[in-house]
Amino acid sequence: MIQVPVHLSHLDELEAEAVHIVREVAAELERPVLLFSGGKDSIVLLRLAEKAFRPGKFPFPVMHVDTGHNFPEVLEYRDRRVAELGETLLVASVQESIDNGRVVEETGPRASRNQLQTTTLLDAIEQHRFDAAIGGARRDEERARAKERIFSFRDDFGQWNPRAQRPELWNLYNGRLRRGEQVRVFPISNWTELDVWQYIARENLELPPIYFAHEREVFRRDGMLYAVSEFVERQDDEDPFTVSVRFRTVGDMSCTGAVASEARSLEDVVAEIAATRVTERGETRADDRASEAAMEDRKRVGYF
Amino acid sequence: MSVTSSELMATELLRLVTAGSVDDGKSTLIGRLLYDTKQILADQLEHIEETSQRRGDGYVNLALLTDGLRAEREQGITIDVAYRSFVTARRRFQLADAPGHVQYTRNMVTGASTADLAIILLDARKGVVEQTRRHSYIAAILGIPHVVVAVNKMDLVDFSEERYRAIEQELRETSERLELRDVRVIPMSALRGDNVVERGEGMPQSMAWYDGPTLLEHLETVEIAGDRDLAHRRFPVQWVIRPISDSHHDYRGYGGQVAGGVWAAGDDVVVLPSGRRSRVAAVESLDGPLDLAVAGMSVTIRLEDALDVSRGDMLADPMESPTVARELEATVCWMAERPLEPRTRLVVKHTTRTVRAIADELLSVVDIHTLEDQPSPERLELNDVARVRFRLAEPLAVDSYAENRATGAFILIDESTNDTVGAGMILSAMS
Ligand SMILES: Nc1nc2c(ncn2[C@@H]2O[C@H](COP(=O)(O)OP(=O)(O)O)[C@@H](O)[C@H]2O)c(=O)[nH]1
Repeated sequence: MIQVPVHLSHLDELEAEAVHIVREVAAELERPVLLFSGGKDSIVLLRLAEKAFRPGKFPFPVMHVDTGHNFPEVLEYRDRRVAELGETLLVASVQESIDNGRVVEETGPRASRNQLQTTTLLDAIEQHRFDAAIGGARRDEERARAKERIFSFRDDFGQWNPRAQRPELWNLYNGRLRRGEQVRVFPISNWTELDVWQYIARENLELPPIYFAHEREVFRRDGMLYAVSEFVERQDDEDPFTVSVRFRTVGDMSCTGAVASEARSLEDVVAEIAATRVTERGETRADDRASEAAMEDRKRVGYF
Repeated sequence: MSVTSSELMATELLRLVTAGSVDDGKSTLIGRLLYDTKQILADQLEHIEETSQRRGDGYVNLALLTDGLRAEREQGITIDVAYRSFVTARRRFQLADAPGHVQYTRNMVTGASTADLAIILLDARKGVVEQTRRHSYIAAILGIPHVVVAVNKMDLVDFSEERYRAIEQELRETSERLELRDVRVIPMSALRGDNVVERGEGMPQSMAWYDGPTLLEHLETVEIAGDRDLAHRRFPVQWVIRPISDSHHDYRGYGGQVAGGVWAAGDDVVVLPSGRRSRVAAVESLDGPLDLAVAGMSVTIRLEDALDVSRGDMLADPMESPTVARELEATVCWMAERPLEPRTRLVVKHTTRTVRAIADELLSVVDIHTLEDQPSPERLELNDVARVRFRLAEPLAVDSYAENRATGAFILIDESTNDTVGAGMILSAMS
């Protein structure tokens, strides 16, 4: 008997599950699309698609819903990464939805385009007649997600009905649509934020630079740090100052908070996140950074 | 104790499902597990502290950590499986929480389908009740390799060893009857945290007579690597990779998740259902050729011969190949409101292959109270577990579920609604 290394690590298992899911979507649905924000979760999705289909091409295009208020570093990364992969990038623009009168821009210091993204996404899905959108949402992000299926069906209006979900058994996904339905598929549902970072480290994936600690001009609002930018109106008492920060997500500049951090390398970030989740037993509370970061994580909308 | 990132990256994944009757303390236990392993972030904790105070609980009510489900239960609306993750220095855990209710069987079967381990709760005051036997039964038919029975609320029976031993004895009889292989019984108090993560305090130590592991110690150490089928090579073809590019002009690879055995270049292969033979030219991933691929991995296999292989075909070891079946007998859990009548047409999805089928005969249904078989039911209702004979419109390459959970399982789909209406575990197959 040959000795077989049977101990797959949790990352091996999560990866195998996710690759299986991505291939299932491609096989069971006619016109899927992969949603790509330039953020860490969707960067992992791109990697999983490479694992699933190389040396072939992806059997679906990659689409970004661009709020028009994105970090320039992220847009640069997005264009370069998709070009390197030789895949097709579609950009659905919130600015266009505003210009066409599909949605109305919010105004004031707290204006954000987060809510507007959904309309732009649904319009793009309709325009391209996509029947499945692969997204990078995870169950650990918020409580409502804990019960969402990996294949999550949406009605004509893109709405999720948590009370009428299909049971999901083994790795046997039922991708059959009813008339007017589409499906959102979340291959990394079972991953945690830490898993994502560990995987990025293991696969040596490049990330947009804003994920690592850098000096930035920020201001404080509701206990959180926001980047100073042309997209946000500051109030009188919101004085800018410069500190070392990193971002945990890469949404709209107007509502994506930064965390104070000195973690300048991937390894530092993984260690920082591991420390916020796995602290010494006996310590009753996670430290302040953990709570701040977690709130930020939850604030993230992008809830497609 | 500090955990380095490289240590964490090498941890194994354990999938578990929890089951218990209402009020046995499942929410408290899950809350306790998350709390004592420091998964709760400061803001979540503040939230439940405030809520506990407002409700006048008099202690931090850890059950509130899963209060999303609680709210639903109180409103009496559909209860559903919820998934959670947590991690310790030794393992990464994926927990499917299947709340007890009318829809219980359906929920537990769903959560149990992928589980390595089931935690079945019971209340030490009540001992082994009908629900306990039912949960054990589901764990058995779903082939969950490891079971933990959490004998909870030991504080309410004065931590009595005698009481615990009596329950343990009764459980032994149940598990022998159900042929559960690995059952571990742990006395605990989820409320106080005794034997969940920590041993617990108290003067004198409340359960000093118990010398087994705490729940977490057991979860961290139970041996799961041996649960995979490494003996029988099975590979359902999921996706054909044909780049047709200049650099890969003749490339033809089969993407899929290994369902059994250990695969390597040079292995003989039979393609089912056609029966054609070939040999493995390479097992590969994005990173290049692999020495081996074992059950559970998603890889690409290339064959030496240019056969016409497509999605839904099964590659297997020709010496020990699966049965190419036209007829199946299976244990079915029925999951739809609409009853299953004999001779109903359905769709069967098995591995990556989907075929039409007729539920020819309802052979027997399990009496949920006695767990005895009742022959020839007229129909199956929601949550019924039954033995059913199917006739297939096209052949499937199958194993029995007892031999292989991946190639022995299928789901049933109703073609008129496209809903998933049942789960099937193959008992035997006829060609
Ligand atoms: N005394 C005692 N009470 C417990 C224990 N575990 C749970 N409870 C209580 O039992 C009740 C039901 O617990 P809960 O976790 O909500 O049960 P679930 O319905 O199974 O989720 C609550 O009042 C808990 O505080 C325990 O170990 N000892």
